[in-house]
Amino acid sequence: MAALQRLQPVSHVAVSGGTHGNEMSGIYLVKHWLREPSALQRDSFSATPFLANPLAIERCVRYVGRDLNRTFTKQFLNSKATQDEPYEVQRARKINQLYGPKGSAQAFDFLFELHNTTANVGACLIASVQDNLLPMHMCHFIQTHCTLGHYPILLYNLPDQEAYSISSVAKHGLAFELGPQPQGVLRADLLTQMGALVACALDFIDLFNKGTTFPAFETEAYRFIGSVDYPRHPDGELCASVHSKLQDKDFLPLRPGDPIFQTFSGEEILYQGHATIYPVFINEAAYYEKKIAFNKTEKCSLSIPALQRE
Amino acid sequence: MLNEFQQPLKLLNRMTSCSVVLEAPVQRVAIFGGTHGNELSGVFLVKHWQKNGAEIQRSGLQVTPFITNPRAVKKCTRYIDCDLNRVFDPDNLGRKVMEDIPYEVRKAQEINNLFGPKGSDVAYDLIFDLHNTTSNMGGTLILENSGNDFIMQMFHYIKNALAPESCPVFLIEHPNLKYATTRSIAKHPVGVEVGPQPQGVLRADILDKMRKIIKHGLDFVRIFNEGEEFPPCTIEVYRIIEKVDYPRNKNDDIIAIIHPCLQDQDWQPLNKGDPVFLTCDGETIAYEGDSTVYPTFVNEAAYYEKKQAFVKTVKVKLTAKGLRSSSS
Repeated sequence: MAALQRLQPVSHVAVSGGTHGNEMSGIYLVKHWLREPSALQRDSFSATPFLANPLAIERCVRYVGRDLNRTFTKQFLNSKATQDEPYEVQRARKINQLYGPKGSAQAFDFLFELHNTTANVGACLIASVQDNLLPMHMCHFIQTHCTLGHYPILLYNLPDQEAYSISSVAKHGLAFELGPQPQGVLRADLLTQMGALVACALDFIDLFNKGTTFPAFETEAYRFIGSVDYPRHPDGELCASVHSKLQDKDFLPLRPGDPIFQTFSGEEILYQGHATIYPVFINEAAYYEKKIAFNKTEKCSLSIPALQRE
Repeated sequence: MLNEFQQPLKLLNRMTSCSVVLEAPVQRVAIFGGTHGNELSGVFLVKHWQKNGAEIQRSGLQVTPFITNPRAVKKCTRYIDCDLNRVFDPDNLGRKVMEDIPYEVRKAQEINNLFGPKGSDVAYDLIFDLHNTTSNMGGTLILENSGNDFIMQMFHYIKNALAPESCPVFLIEHPNLKYATTRSIAKHPVGVEVGPQPQGVLRADILDKMRKIIKHGLDFVRIFNEGEEFPPCTIEVYRIIEKVDYPRNKNDDIIAIIHPCLQDQDWQPLNKGDPVFLTCDGETIAYEGDSTVYPTFVNEAAYYEKKQAFVKTVKVKLTAKGLRSSSS
C-alpha cells in the first residue's frame, strides 16, 4: 500500500441543492440553510449553500433547456455565450465562475451535490472515478460514523470520461443520492437522512483540517460500466416495463438469465450479459428519455492510502 | 299481528317490487388513460389495448380505450395549460373556442363531443378513468355519487374479487370539494387511482393491479348485461370532508412537511394528538380534530400546487339497492 498522502486543508466548501429542480430534499435543505446557516458551520470552515437551477426549481421540473448536471464539461464551460443557448449552459458558466473555475487553483476545495431518485438506491455516495483520495476517505468516514443506514459507494463515470457533474467544478466533490422519492415530493425520512449525511461529511472535513490522520483502508465500490435501455417499438415507445423481480433491487446481483423486463402481453425478457453485474438506478423517471432502464456496475475493491492535511 | 309465514312473504314482495333497481344494459364503455400525462399505468395500458384489445373485449359490449391528453402524454407532464380533470363543468364545456383557449379546455370539448354530451341520453354508459398517485393509496376506486347503485354494485363486486387485497372506495361527493372530472360525462363514471407510483415511472406491480381492477369491472358489466340479479349490498366508503394544506409562511413557502408517522398511512385512522406535520426545526404538529378521520392523498406530488398536503375522509356505510338489467 502507498505511503501517507497529504492534501491541503479544505477551506472553501459549497453545498448545492436543486441541480435538478424537482429533486426536493436538497432544495428544501438548501432553502432552510440559506435562512439558517448554523448547521453548516464548523470550527475550521463554513460551507456555502446554493440553489443550482433556480428556474427549474421554480417550475418544479428537472431542467428547462438541458440537464444541468451534464453540462459541466469543458466543452460547455468554455463555450462562447450565444443568444439562444439553453438556460442551463448560462447557469453552468455562472456556477463555474463562482465555485471554479474547474481545474484551476482558485476553485473551491469541495462541492457537495444533493439528489433524489425514483430508484430504490437507499442512500448512496457518488464520486468521480478519477478523484479517489479525499472523497473516498470521506465516504469511509460516513460509512463508519453515520449509523442511520448503509451507504454504498458508486463511481459514476468511465475511466477515460471527463467528469460532467456539478461537483466536478471544485477540486473535490461528492454527490448524495437518496431514493426512492417521487419527483416533486418531499419525504421527511429522506430529508432527515440527507441532513445527517451532510453533517457527517462536514464533521469529516473539520477533523481533517485539524490534522487528524485517517488510516489506510480497503473498500468496496460499484463502478459504472454501461447502461441497458428498455425494449422499444420502432417508433421509440416502450414495449415493456422493468420486470417486477428487478424492480427495487438496486445494488443486488443480476445474473445472466435473470428476468429484467416484462412486456404488456406478459412475456419475460432475460438479461443477456455474460457476467453478474450490479444494477443501479433501476427505473429512474428521468432516465426514460436518456434511454436508460438501469445502469450496470461491477463491484471493485479500492485500496486507499492514509491521509493527513499538509 | 302477522303469523310466522306472512311476515317473510310480505318482506319478499316488498324486496322484489321496490328494492331492485332496473338499470338499462350497458352498451358503450370507454377506458381513459393519460388524463394526466405523467401517470403512466393508464397511458401504457390504453396504448397496449389500442394495439391489442382482446383482453378488454366482452361479448355484446363496445369497449374503447382512449388517450385523453395526448400532448401532455407526449411531454410526460401532468398537463399543458390546466388540469384536464377539472374542466368538465358546464362553463368550460360550453365556452366559445377562441385562439387563446387553454389546450385542455379544447380537449374537454372534443372529448365531450365524442363520449358525451354530458348529461344527455347519448352519452357513453360507462367510463373508467385511469390514474396514478404518488400517495400510498393502493388500488382505490373513486365514486362520484352515493346514489349510483350500478357503480356501488360494481365496486362491491370488484372488492370481493380482489379480497383479501384491500380496495378502498373514495367518495368525492361534496357540495364544494367535488370536481368536474373527465369521466363525469358518462352516465356511470368510475375513477381508478393506483399508487404509490412516481410521476413518469411505470411499475409492473402497479400496472398489474390496475389491470386486474379493469378486468373485474368489465366482468361485472358482462354478468350484469347477461341478466344476473345482484342483491342489495352494503359497501364501506371513505367520504371526503376536508382538504388540509401544508403550514406556510407569509411568503407562501412550505414550512413543515408530512410527518414520518403520517407518510404512507393513507386510509389509516388519524386521531387527536397524532403527528401530522414536521417543521424545519424538528417540531411535530399534531392533529387537533376531535373525531377520527381517515387521511388519503397523503403527499401527492401534484397537489403541492393545489395546496393539499392530504385529504380528510370519514368512514361511511352505503347501501346499494338490488340491481338487474332492464332488458332481462
